[in-house]
Amino acid sequence: MKPIRKQRLLLILLMLAGLSLAAFFALKAFNENLMYFFSTSDVVAGKAPNNTVFRLGGMVVKGSVQRPNADLLVRFKLSDFSQEVAVEYSGILPDLFREGQGIVAKGRLDGRGVFVAEEVLAKHDENYMPPEVAGSLKKPAEQP
Amino acid sequence: MSWIPAPVSRFFHRTSSPPHFYALADRFIPWLTAIFLLLLGAGLYGGLYLAPTDYQQGDSYRIIYIHVPAAWMSLFVYVMMAIMGGIALVWRMKLAEVMLISSAPIGAGFTFVALVTGSLWGKPMWGTWWVWDARLTSELILLFLYLGVISLYGAIEDKRSAARAVSILALVGVVNIPIIHYSVEWWNTLHQPATVSKLDKPSIHITMLVPLLLMAIAFKFYYLIAVLQAAKLELLKRETSSQWVKNMLEKQA
Repeated sequence: MKPIRKQRLLLILLMLAGLSLAAFFALKAFNENLMYFFSTSDVVAGKAPNNTVFRLGGMVVKGSVQRPNADLLVRFKLSDFSQEVAVEYSGILPDLFREGQGIVAKGRLDGRGVFVAEEVLAKHDENYMPPEVAGSLKKPAEQP
Repeated sequence: MSWIPAPVSRFFHRTSSPPHFYALADRFIPWLTAIFLLLLGAGLYGGLYLAPTDYQQGDSYRIIYIHVPAAWMSLFVYVMMAIMGGIALVWRMKLAEVMLISSAPIGAGFTFVALVTGSLWGKPMWGTWWVWDARLTSELILLFLYLGVISLYGAIEDKRSAARAVSILALVGVVNIPIIHYSVEWWNTLHQPATVSKLDKPSIHITMLVPLLLMAIAFKFYYLIAVLQAAKLELLKRETSSQWVKNMLEKQA
């Protein structure tokens, strides 16, 4: 390689290294802000903001979904498999909402420590399979 | 370049000469088109007809056969652009400049398709058209990078210096590519984590995976066809006054 080309190549590699470093520090600084939602453990540990709207993500705990009245109000618990948070929501739930499903809710904590949601979005997982396969995968786990 | 065997280096030198490249592209395009149509047909038939419905999302997951290949291509084309930019800067190769600028609108198209199909998929599944999570936002930035490359190239009159400026922009933007890919792992996002590119075996059933890979290869061939066509046009524009263009026009007249 001619010296001038080697120099240019070196310059480009240096530029890329510098940029990656800059991007790394910028992303590290903004790490908190880039999180789309808080986990339930964060909320229990008091990391989530008080009196302001934030997003909470987690799995809908099996058997926790209740509809106390005939209206749209629904109560359920969210969990990240270590801590649980109670959620209240009044509105139409997405089609994928069900027990055991991951969801992201937007809202705020009230005085009782209950998360009052204004919006509920469903998160779907990265697994794709035919219903028969999903059925046969579930069976052994559900047997007592 | 002593570390590259002589025949290989000779091949690259010959291919990179505009008239030779032009003729080569002309010869390849019909074959590439045939392979593309075959793969596209097989992929669509497999994806829309043969593949079973999903256990959770029913039939609406089938948009994956457009969304995922388009999203993969949006990253792939950008990396290609950055490599071409590097070659253009170091070796001042005209053909690399041409390939870079011809790739930009195609990559922008793939990014746009990925964003639109993702939005159409998000509404029924997540319950929203758009959220500002890390994956969606970084993909939107990619679209702006593509548009930036296109407009910067258009804004500078002298195409050699325009290509140099665009090469630097393409290289700067390449930092965004790993961010897009790993955004779903580094941060909490609404977008689900990767399915196919996991280190362990992909968590998609084989009957659904095969059409997806077929579509992904079909999209690669589409890119090849489109970039060769665009590069041919760009070469003609740049070399209007050169002898080989005149010769070719005379032969066709």
